[in-house]
Amino acid sequence: MSKAVSQEEQVPAIRLQHITKRFGSVVANDDVSLSVAHGQILSVLGENGSGKTTLMNMIAGIYFPDHGQIFVDGKEVLIRSPKDAFRYGIGMIHQHFKLVDVFSATENIVLGLDEAERFSLKRSAGRVREITAQYGFELDPDKKIYEMSVSEKQTVEIIKVLYRGADILILDEPTAVLTPQETQKLFAVLRRMRDSGKAIIIITHKLNEVLSLSDRVAVLCKGKYIGTVNTAETSESELTEMMVGKKVDLNIERSEPKDSVDRLTVEGISCKNREGTELLHDISFTARSGEILGIAGIAGSGQRELLEAIAGLQHVDGKILYLNPKTGQTDNLRDKTPMQIRELGVRLSFVPEDRLGMGLVGNMDIVDNIMLRSYKKGKSVFLERKKPRSLAEKIIKELEVVTPSANTPVRRLSGGNVQKVLVGREIAASPTVLMAAYPVRGLDINASFTIYNLLNQQKENGVAVIFVGEDLDVLLALCDRIMVISSGRISGTVDARTATKEEIGLLMTKNAAAPEPEGGAADGNA
Amino acid sequence: MMWAGFLQRAIMQGIPLLFGSTGEIITEKSGNLNLGIPGIMYVGGISGVIGAFLYEQNAAAMNPFLAVLIPLLCSVTGSLLMGLLYSFLTVTLRANQNVTGLALTTFGVGFGNFFGGSLVKLTGSDIPSINLTATSNYFRTSLPFAGKLGWFGQVFLSHSFLAYTAVIIAVVTAVILSRTRVGLHLRAVGENPATADAAGINVGKYKYLATCIGSVIAGLGGLYYVMDYANGVWSNDGFGDRGWLAIALVIFAVWRPNISIFGSILFGGLYIVHNYIPGLDVSGQELFKMLPYAVTILFLVFISMRRKREAQPPAHLGLPYFREER
Amino acid sequence: METHKPKEPLFRIAKRDSIVWWKAWGIRAAAILAALVFSGLVAFLLTKENPLKIYATMLDGAFGTQRRIWGLLQNLAMLLCVSVAVTPAFKMRFWNIGAEGQVLVGGLASAACMILLGDQLPNAVLLLVIAAVSILAGALWAVIPAFFRAHWQTNETLFTLMMNYIAIQLVAFFVYKWSVPKGSGQVGVINRATHAGWLPAIGKYDYLLNILIVAVITAFMYIYLKYSKHGYEIAVVGESENTARYIGIPVKKVIIRTMLISGALCGIAGMLLVSGTDHTISRDTAAGRGFTAIMVSWLAKFNPVFMVLTSFLIVFLQKGATEISTAFALNESFSEIITGIIIFFIIGCEFFIQYTVRFREKEAAK
Repeated sequence: MSKAVSQEEQVPAIRLQHITKRFGSVVANDDVSLSVAHGQILSVLGENGSGKTTLMNMIAGIYFPDHGQIFVDGKEVLIRSPKDAFRYGIGMIHQHFKLVDVFSATENIVLGLDEAERFSLKRSAGRVREITAQYGFELDPDKKIYEMSVSEKQTVEIIKVLYRGADILILDEPTAVLTPQETQKLFAVLRRMRDSGKAIIIITHKLNEVLSLSDRVAVLCKGKYIGTVNTAETSESELTEMMVGKKVDLNIERSEPKDSVDRLTVEGISCKNREGTELLHDISFTARSGEILGIAGIAGSGQRELLEAIAGLQHVDGKILYLNPKTGQTDNLRDKTPMQIRELGVRLSFVPEDRLGMGLVGNMDIVDNIMLRSYKKGKSVFLERKKPRSLAEKIIKELEVVTPSANTPVRRLSGGNVQKVLVGREIAASPTVLMAAYPVRGLDINASFTIYNLLNQQKENGVAVIFVGEDLDVLLALCDRIMVISSGRISGTVDARTATKEEIGLLMTKNAAAPEPEGGAADGNA
Repeated sequence: MMWAGFLQRAIMQGIPLLFGSTGEIITEKSGNLNLGIPGIMYVGGISGVIGAFLYEQNAAAMNPFLAVLIPLLCSVTGSLLMGLLYSFLTVTLRANQNVTGLALTTFGVGFGNFFGGSLVKLTGSDIPSINLTATSNYFRTSLPFAGKLGWFGQVFLSHSFLAYTAVIIAVVTAVILSRTRVGLHLRAVGENPATADAAGINVGKYKYLATCIGSVIAGLGGLYYVMDYANGVWSNDGFGDRGWLAIALVIFAVWRPNISIFGSILFGGLYIVHNYIPGLDVSGQELFKMLPYAVTILFLVFISMRRKREAQPPAHLGLPYFREER
Repeated sequence: METHKPKEPLFRIAKRDSIVWWKAWGIRAAAILAALVFSGLVAFLLTKENPLKIYATMLDGAFGTQRRIWGLLQNLAMLLCVSVAVTPAFKMRFWNIGAEGQVLVGGLASAACMILLGDQLPNAVLLLVIAAVSILAGALWAVIPAFFRAHWQTNETLFTLMMNYIAIQLVAFFVYKWSVPKGSGQVGVINRATHAGWLPAIGKYDYLLNILIVAVITAFMYIYLKYSKHGYEIAVVGESENTARYIGIPVKKVIIRTMLISGALCGIAGMLLVSGTDHTISRDTAAGRGFTAIMVSWLAKFNPVFMVLTSFLIVFLQKGATEISTAFALNESFSEIITGIIIFFIIGCEFFIQYTVRFREKEAAK
């Protein structure tokens, strides 16, 4: 599959050989080898969890490989810390910016530097201007970070690396937070840097970007190195195939939806973040009772905002209509608080992505966490712990939660058991709509299957289940319909029984700036 | 001229506050909210008193240089130890900053009053205070030509070397904070220690140094109070609530020592303005004494409602920092 | 293949997952013991007395006579009352260091009622008015910073700190206004003849009512925090505002409500001090309890029942150290030094409960 790449006579700027990294029993990178030359852009392509970031963190000195070697300009090097990485001219731009908000761009850029010459922000700002001019950045060196857009902050991070004289730049998903126009600008800059002889590695899972920007593409899949191809000699379909790997049969049982009715109808919701970037754009879909609606998309495409909007935690424009099965009445949930939603008699359960930061309180025991949803019930000023306790014990028993007792703080449980407590609680509220964001992330096979079975049971009980996932195999095996979102827009809705991974992969990476073709908005009448 | 006298007294009232607030600003810039400053100022004062007392008692003839140097060194040592204690508890042992600071204040005030009281007993005097006039006279040496320059001399030139030191320290601190690499790094530690850490800055070291240097500077405020303002007379609880006022001044100065210079004169003025208002009875004077605090509260509310980022406390103030272990 | 490992530091600090209760309490007991030994050493160096005699003097100061025991209990009750009062705010991670001021305005309100209404209302009605007004005053003093914190994130530590001094000056103002004789700067015992507005003694025990009231408040707070819906909300908001939002707890409302309660209890403490103990008012009425209470509450891990122990410890030390200073002709501020020392030790020992220090294992050189 991988085509041999002519290395010319040039020594690669950086070369990895047989790199392996384990975290406990999980193999994050398994025997990965790749290289990039000066004046070249290499894309590292792979789905979420394929080990791209771990690999790059080893070059940047954040992790240390268990096995394998790293060569810079042909010489073997040991990179033990970010400082070591800098010494070898390696700079990484992380997804999460490390900037001091009240500092100016220049102040952030020179932070931590120990230059021999006298400290002068003016001179440093001048040097920043030189760099911006050289590569065509747009940045005011005196602007404060808190006044900046995400794209400007990213520019600061890139210049920070260049200012320190980096020759090898690694960018971790640089376009995830950018608008299409900003992305184009960034690419122009990156090309200019390449032309001036820098070696550039960009981590991404967007195929169109790979094709338009990079010279070569290295593909990872589930920690394994699949191969490297020249961009000019490959195609979207070949890359997709390499990236998603073979279809894995998961043997998750799936029943046909019975007596489905429209339970939750979302009509044209949109929202922006504080900087004014659109996070959701005109999203419309329907979740039906007795079926599982999957939501696929690259992480950060608006999934979180969408679920939080429905749960009453995010302000949006548009309508969120809930059909109450008891009264037959339709209520608009938009801009209602979670309390108000509950008071309307809406049985909405939500398993958020951030389990210990949002769904549960780490320092409280299982019983008190089980109580979160229901503590307010009844007129008494006192808490009623008897029912939550028996519920906690029931959940512990039925879901096989491994815990010393029901009085153990959930922070002390392992990831899978934490999730069982959370999902168990949300299901115990006998919901009519159940939303779950990445409910099996970080869980082992057994715990994952417990969760799949629970979701399936809910579906059979007539609950409208919304499942946000990242593993396409799981989405295809578990869901009835899959809605794909890309950059806050719906890029397509497919039937999970007939769709292929490639089809979904392409929808996930569809350029959101292009006008939506017909059918872009889900019709919901599968 | 009355207003010149007022201004002169206001400055003298303000100098201990200026020392205290400059010290606290340096400390807070590293993210440590040191509520032990009032105690530290007591310790700074009493340590100087102890040094001066021993020297006065034991020296046959007083050398002006030593008479100043010994109390100064004692004061610095005392406050430095207090700063070290705070840093050790909050940075190394990661204890709660508020609790540690308050304990330090309890301890420091007790320490001051205890040794103050014990020294009084040693002198066998009837009045409950220690009189170190000789030392104080050396401390209060002012510029020789101050008296000849009318109101200007009275207001600006009549002060002692410690007063000018306070202003110089504040100016130097302001310059260091805004114009140097060390200042940049220190501010980064208080704003976002994780980012500072990632940039290779030793967060713990900066916190320790800032807290200790801040404590020493604040301690000098206590020394100035005894030796200059109170003419070398230590009386228990005489320093009063000036330590808290210094913390209030930090807010009022929006964490900038150069503003603190003028702020301290303003606070000093507000503190004594009741003496200059004709026809005010004692109870009215007490009401006037709340002015500096009331002004600070209004200011605190104002800056939080305005949400101007530069005027906020350091973002990580009062919070512990330690790197996540992998 | 050769593997390279970065050099491990000399020791690593790791957060403990859990610690068995007896170990935690063992560490605390050891710290208190160490602190007592250290304080004894300090006292020994200052007095050159037999250390055993020093400890005996401490015990004598605290329990020596029935009067002293009563004094101890009364002081314990007052410190406990303020400590319990500040606790709900701390559990919510709201740093209310304004208890000193809240107690003072409560006391001021009591004194005002006693002075202004002393001869106009029947005593029972007067006592009710005193209670109501003190509670209101304390609550008001606490809710102002809470309001600004809830709506504009105004730093509550600094705000409540400043409110203390406004309260102190306010008290000083009224003390001069009401001073007897005029201009003396002292209020003196209010209603000495009529005892109007004095909390009644139960039987012949003067402070018994105070102690009982505080006992009830402590029990109330224990139950409130542990078993009531409000207490649960306080815990959730304190642990994670994000979870509170997710579950639909109105965070602003909880902050304001909790501070109302905190301030109201401080107001009661002020009333107990003025109307139940001193029968006068001065700027030292709260006597630093507002600050000491913060340490007491924190040392007790915000558990009102443990607070009985921690406030006992502090009061015992204060009484004992005061006795040492009189017996050996030391200054009375000795007790503050001892209090400081013991708190440093206990604060420091928490580290060893929360974390373990692992030293680098000696690795065979490569």
